[in-house]
Formats: sequence, structure tokens, C-alpha cells
Amino acid sequence: MSDRREFLKHSAQVAAALAAASAWKATGGAADLLAEAPPASAPPTDASIKDLMNDALNAAKMAGASYADVRIGRQRRNFVFTREDHILNVVDTDSLGCGVRALVDGTWGYGGTRVLTPDGVAAAAKEAVAIAKANRLARDQAVVLAPAPVVKNATWKSAFTTDPFDVSVEDKAGILLKANAEAMKVKGVQFVFSGLFFVKEERNYANSEGSVTTQTLVRSWPLMQITAVAPDHSDFQNRGNVVPPMGRGWEYVLKSDLAGNAGKWGEEAVQKLSAKPVEVGKYTLVLHPSHLWLTIHESIGHPSELDRALGYEANYAGTSFVSPPEKVLGKLRYGPEFMNIQGDRSQEGGLSTMGFDDEGVKPNDFLIIKNGIFNDYQTTREQAMWLDWWYKQQKIETRSHGCSYAQGWDNVQFQRMPNVSLLPGEKDLVWEDLIAATDSGIAIMGDGSFSIDQQRYNAQFGGQTFWEIKGGKIVGMLKDVAYQMRTPDFWNSMDMIGGKRGYELGGSFFDGKGQPGQINAVSHGAVPARFQNINVINTGRKA
Amino acid sequence: MSPRSLFDGASPPLSRDDAQALTKRALSFSKAEQARVVISNSAQGNTRFAVNQVSTSGDATDTVITVQSVFGKRAASASTNKRDDASLKQTVEISERLAKLSPENQELMPELGPQKYLDVDGWAASSAALDPAGRVSAVRRVTDPSAQAGLVATGFIEADADVTAIATSAGLFAYGRLTGTSMTTTVRTADGQGSGWAGAAHSDWSKIDASALGQHAIDKAIRSREPVAIEPGRYTVVLEPTAVGNLIQLLGFAMNARNADEGRSFFTKPGGGNKIGLKVMDERVTLASDPADPDTKAYAFTPEGMAVKPTTWIKDGVVQTLSYDRYWAQKQGKEPTPFIRALRMSGGSGGVDELVASTDRGILVTRFWYIRPVDQRTILYTGLTRDGTFLIENGKVTKAVKNFRFNESPIFLLNNLEAMGEPVRVSASEDGGPGLAIVVPPIKAHDFNFTSLSDAI
Repeated sequence: MSDRREFLKHSAQVAAALAAASAWKATGGAADLLAEAPPASAPPTDASIKDLMNDALNAAKMAGASYADVRIGRQRRNFVFTREDHILNVVDTDSLGCGVRALVDGTWGYGGTRVLTPDGVAAAAKEAVAIAKANRLARDQAVVLAPAPVVKNATWKSAFTTDPFDVSVEDKAGILLKANAEAMKVKGVQFVFSGLFFVKEERNYANSEGSVTTQTLVRSWPLMQITAVAPDHSDFQNRGNVVPPMGRGWEYVLKSDLAGNAGKWGEEAVQKLSAKPVEVGKYTLVLHPSHLWLTIHESIGHPSELDRALGYEANYAGTSFVSPPEKVLGKLRYGPEFMNIQGDRSQEGGLSTMGFDDEGVKPNDFLIIKNGIFNDYQTTREQAMWLDWWYKQQKIETRSHGCSYAQGWDNVQFQRMPNVSLLPGEKDLVWEDLIAATDSGIAIMGDGSFSIDQQRYNAQFGGQTFWEIKGGKIVGMLKDVAYQMRTPDFWNSMDMIGGKRGYELGGSFFDGKGQPGQINAVSHGAVPARFQNINVINTGRKA
Repeated sequence: MSPRSLFDGASPPLSRDDAQALTKRALSFSKAEQARVVISNSAQGNTRFAVNQVSTSGDATDTVITVQSVFGKRAASASTNKRDDASLKQTVEISERLAKLSPENQELMPELGPQKYLDVDGWAASSAALDPAGRVSAVRRVTDPSAQAGLVATGFIEADADVTAIATSAGLFAYGRLTGTSMTTTVRTADGQGSGWAGAAHSDWSKIDASALGQHAIDKAIRSREPVAIEPGRYTVVLEPTAVGNLIQLLGFAMNARNADEGRSFFTKPGGGNKIGLKVMDERVTLASDPADPDTKAYAFTPEGMAVKPTTWIKDGVVQTLSYDRYWAQKQGKEPTPFIRALRMSGGSGGVDELVASTDRGILVTRFWYIRPVDQRTILYTGLTRDGTFLIENGKVTKAVKNFRFNESPIFLLNNLEAMGEPVRVSASEDGGPGLAIVVPPIKAHDFNFTSLSDAI
């Protein structure tokens, strides 16, 4: 059962809000992110954990594994949820365990256990080997891993200054209830839901090649959904996804200033009740980073996963139009010349940012799209070998980009998305400049409804607020807006992007992939961007 | 050593007596005015296959113990997956410390005392005994014929075996066991021009026929090659049971009484109140939940320990009730009515073939995908068809067509109903896991709203 489903069991109210939410808004931006103090040094690997990891690796080798790796992880979660003037839930969870992956005769097996004793972890290792042997009957191509430098006793800590697990529940609830009160002051606002969600992970890793790493990560997500209801109950409108989740600590929550912004968000919810319904047609769209991150995630992030492109996720997540590799690498025009998309796990505060992946690989930054042309896929050690020919042709090293990740000790690691971002253009343009340069169109802020097909061609996106542009100015609010797109046509219609000053991170706490479904948290940086001739539909219906 | 089954001799599922002893031990550390302990003891095994071979496979077991502590109107919970006394005591203390510091929740309901539950045993021996070798054998019943036909099979088998126990300081004790299994496969042609899906889910693994699933997906993959583009628009559709399940399960999430009463739901009555007693769809539609239904077994209690009873949500098209939590039920003078992870829809007789035979022109849909909410006011969702979409002409399936995006509501769908076949248990979860237990018929409906074409195969 996925973490998310497990979590959602706790509260139907939370379920409703999170189903609608995914994450978002504009605070900070790259300039702010870079200004923060560098993280303090990370704690070293605990000696007893190192011993247990050795026990597991030895047991796997003794049982016949040619390669094995072990993860001993602790994941803590804390969430506080409120509505209007009172608290709904305060929950703290703590999970500790060990996962062992073994390669036997070119076939994978995995075993997980919560029993952290030498016998417990050895049993999980033997189980992993036994499963690999059972699986061998249904496999004829051997797994080969790309070489990776051995990383001995390396440590890493994510960019948080105040650990949210050291902050009292009083302070957490206080911030939310104050923000709720500010939102409720707005005439027409009837309901407010708000929450704080924190994750802290201690990840220990070792493999049979000698790598040992220990990392500490914190993720934080302030949530708010404000609802305005028409007096005759004929309509209601929400304003949500107000602040993006980040790989940061309590300091980020304070900086988000929920109470200071709640009034503005509340007014937007009320304004949506009387906004003009959009007329269907083709429009110029100006998309804010608070919206565009999700379009990047769905239409670039997922199709550039190599396992998808080669059919390994066909039964759930799907395949990819960016395939086969030999026909698209260095050839497929994804977008205009000025379009560059970077994959990385290095942006400070990014949700996917990590020192080492779940194969002990230190991730590198790489260009997925280079000058508008498709250039590289997201990879693990197993997958990098599938592109050996391409890297040789490019005269670069065949190596994993460090995209291996498991949501916890009780799931096997596989390829997950790094931070995937639209890099700034050369001109120093910001959001207002793109609006001013547009004669007629629609500006969209915040992420809303989203859906895309299993090869990532046809997508439909909503948003949080929609604004009519006339003569280079915003002249009013629209509602019931969604746009439908075909991925390559959409990105090739992009004719203007912002510069460094307009760069912001958005992201998702709950990106799902794999079977059983696993959750990954991932950030996407973007600058404001303009798109031409996009098909807009009206989603309002009469019940 | 051969791989174990889900719960083997080394880590057997918690018995009722052991679970009760564990809850007693945890409650003995409590200093709160009221407390509740929930134990979730689970085993999960899974096998994935891709490109006609096993890709990954693994097993994991875990026990999560959650303690809720209450002082007056202040409450908080904490959980751990360690069972020793020191860890239990620490978890109790964390929840007490959090509760004491937490603001008051005016809506907090007191912990429940002893309850009467339906006698449901959701445990199927065939599911709990399914081991990795058994899963591999099922995989080969799909991959072997697929490889022989020159096709590429990908898929997933998941088996879960869970024990849940709940105890409160007011004397409540609940204990239940539930297994769940699913198998899904997507078979594609080697050139990527055709794709077919088949899937099944049941608490009892012996009810799942891997060979039949494989043949079904293989047949669809071959027939779905070279799809032609036809204009999007409003079409008569024949939806296979899985496609019906994909959409009907969305109603469950929308049937919340409080949201309706607060004016923020399709089930809000214009002018105020909710739509209980009003007809909202075709009079042939009845939707009900029963945790003891052999095809939709579910726990007979909620995480609070509240008893789950058979519930009829829609009868003959008329809303009978909505889901009420304990607080809202008390405030409105209603029975608390929990939402259950089990749903059965009424139907008729016959199958997809009969519905196709009665259709002059329409679209046959295997399943829907990436279904996401667009507008809560009308329960409007968007998503796409996938892995087997065909044109029906003069009562026959004539050709494969390109996939469509839809913008549609299960409410509109069930108002536009023309005919229903015999209800069957389906796998309707998006991720291929056991998901919500749901029994639905194939249906035929008019004016289904397809808004654009997709090039995806």
C-alpha cells in the first residue's frame, strides 16, 4: 500500500484537500534560494547501522548474490491540519526498517524487514536472493550495471536550518489558525482548510562494491484551500495550492507568510464567483512558473524517463512519445532554440535534491533538452548501459545520472525523476514584461486540474486564477478555463521566456510511479513563458 | 532456501489474542483521559514484468502501531513500527505531549466503547499463501503466449495480507483480517502500434485466471493496431466493466454530506440543504456497499472503530444517504455513515457483446486513464481512453480508433444510460493495485463527451 494511501486513511477531509492539491505558489525564487546559508555538516553513519548493513551484504553474498545493496532508513512524518477556527488532526509517524536488493545471475530480488537485528536483516537478504532465483525462470537478459565510483563514508544533509521536528505543535497550529482567521475576514469566504506537512528522512546506504553513505533530508509543505460560496448555494469556488513544497525546514514555513497572504488568496476565491466564463477558442497563453512547473513535470519530466521510453512502465504510467532512443536522441525538436531543460538533484531546496541516490551514485546535472533538441534521458546504473552507444557517440562517460530512488525501506528502488527545470532565457524579462508584450490572451497562475495520456502527447491543464490580457494589460478575471495540448506542438509554440529574475521553483510532494505505486517528491524550476495558438475549453457545466 | 509466502512461519499474522495483548500493553502506558490504539500488521508481495520478463519483485512485512491520546478536546496521534515496550511507551508519550500542546478541536468526538460488528473474514488462504514462485508462474502464463505471438507483455501482480486491530480506553476492541490481490497486464505490439489491457482484482487469488487475462490482452493488442482518427464529439459509448468502474468509483468520494450541506458539492441542493431524497440519475441505477459481500469484502469497522453496515447510497436513481462522520451526523441528527472501500452497482443481463450488437454507431472503451477532477460542482472529470478503443458500426466492432480525451461526469453518464449488462468484479484502480473493491456492469450510454484526440497508443 502506498504511503499516500496509508496517510490518507487518517482523514477524509485531508483526502479531499490533497486530492485537489498538488502543490504550489510563488515565494522566493532562485535568487532567494541561493542566498540562504549553506547546510551545516551532516552526521556520520552510525556504527551499529554500518554493522547491520554489513551483515545484510554478507548474507546476500553468501547466498549467491553477485551484487547487493542495503538501505536502512528511518522516515518520520508530522502533519497538522486545521479548518476555520479549529484543529482537525495532529499526527506524528515513525517508520524504521531495512531493504535489501540482490542481483543473482543477472536477475533482481528484493526483501524488506522492520526487524533490525543481525538475524533480521540477514533473513531479508536471503529472501532477496531467493526471490531473484525464483525470478530467473522468467528472465533471459541479464542486468548489467554501469560503473560508479565507490563512495566511502560520505554524508550529506539537505538545506534546512530549523528542523520542523524540533518545533512545537502549538507554534505549528498557531500559524495555521492565524492564517485561517485572516482568510475568514474576507467577505464571501465561508471555509478554510490549512495544513503543514513535514517529512524527515535518515537514509543509510551500502553496497557490495564498498560504498557507504548517510544522508538527512527534510521536506516541508504549507497548504491552504480557501472556499467562497455564493449566498444562494448556486456556485462555489476554491483558491488552493498556494505555496510550493520545498526541501527546506521550518524557516521556509515562516517565510511563506500564510497569514500575510491569506487575505489576498481569500479575495481571489470570492472574485472567482463573479469572474467571466471563458469563451472557447485559440488563445495566446502567458504561464506563470507557479503553473508551468506542472506542465513541465507532465510533458517533459515523465516522457524523458528511460524506463518508460523502453516499455518498462507500460502497464501503469505508460510509455513515451520520446522513443525509441536511437530515433530521438540528438534529433527530436522538442521546442524552440532558446529552450533548455535541465535534470539535476543539486538545486538547493529542491525536493529531489540529494547528495547520493539509492545506488550510492552522486548525481550530475544534465541537459534533457539542449537548444530545443532532445539530448538525454533520466537514468539509473542499469539504464545508463542501455544508452552506452549514445554516450560513446557523444564522447562522454557512460554513467548513471543518479536517479535511483525508493520512497522508503519497504520498497525497491527504481528510476525516479530528478528536479527537471526550464532554464532562464538570455533576456532579463519578468512576468510583467511578458504580459506587457501580449496584445490579447490569457494569463494563468497556480496549478489546478491536470491529466495527460500514457505516451505524454495529449494533456489538459487547469489553473488557480485566470486573467484576461488586452493591450498588454490584465483587464479582468476569467473562470472555467482549461487548455488542451499536444506536447511537441505546445512547446514549439513557445515564443517568449523570462530571464533569471523570473525563475521560481514549484513542485509535487506526491508524484506517483511504479507498481506498487511509490511516491517521489520533485521540484521544477521555471521562468514565465508565452505560448501561441493554444486550444482553450470551458469546463463549466450545468448540473 | 525457497522464498516464503506472504506471512510465513518466521512472521505469522497477528492473531486476535496477540493483537489484543499488544493493544493492552500499549494502553497500559497511557496517562491520557482517553486513548485509542490501532495496529496494522501487513505483508505485501509483488512481481513486476516488462518486455516479457520479470523486472523486479519483492516482499515486505511491517507492523504499524498508532496511538491517539485525548485530554478534553485536545487530541493527537503518533505511530511507530517498533513493537518493544520502550518504543510503545515512547509513542504513547509523544502522542500525549502533542495532544496537550495542541489547540482544542471543538468537533472532537469521544472514543467509542464496545461495538457490534458484522462477522466478516476477508482472509483468503490462496492469497496469503501466494509466494514469489507462484507469482512467477502466473507471469509466464501471460509472457509465454505473448512472446510466442511476437508481442510484448508488461504487467504487475500484487498480493496484500493485512491484519487490523483497534482498542480504546472505553473498552472497544475490533479485529479483522483482509487479503487483496490483483493482476494487470498491458500487451503491446513490437512496433508500438497496438496495445491491449486486461486486469482483475479479488480478495481471493484463486478467482484470478492469469491465462485468460493474457489471452484477452493479446487479442486486444492485435485488434487495436493501426487505429484510425475519427472526430471528437458526443458519441454513444459501450463501456466495458473496468471503464465503468473507473468512473463510478469517483461518485464515492463526492458523496460527502458535510460538503453538500456546506454548499460545496454536486449534492448541494440549490437554495440550501442536500439532495437526499432527490432523483439524480436513471431509475435503473442502484449503488450500495456491503463489507460482507463475497466479491467486495472489506473491514467491518472504520479506523475509529465505528461499525460499518451495509449501506444503499442510490436506490432507483434517488439519493438515499450521503457519508456522515460522527460529528456531522450528531449535528444533523443523522446516523453516522462511513464511506466504505467497497461498491456494487445494479445491472442487467448479458455482456459487452450484447451491448455492442444493439448499437448502430458508437465507441467501445476498454478502460480510462489519468482521470482527474476538473469541476467539483458537477463531478466533472477529464481523462483518456486507453489500450483498446474501437468503433462500433451496425452492431459490430469494425475498427480500432485513436484514443480520445473526455470531459465527463459520472452523473451525466448515468443520466444518459441506455442499457446495462451483468455486473462483475473489476480492477479499476489506476495503479493496478487491489484498490477499491468494486462490482459494476458494462453499460451503454449516449452523448458521452469526447473533447479531443490523442496520438498515444
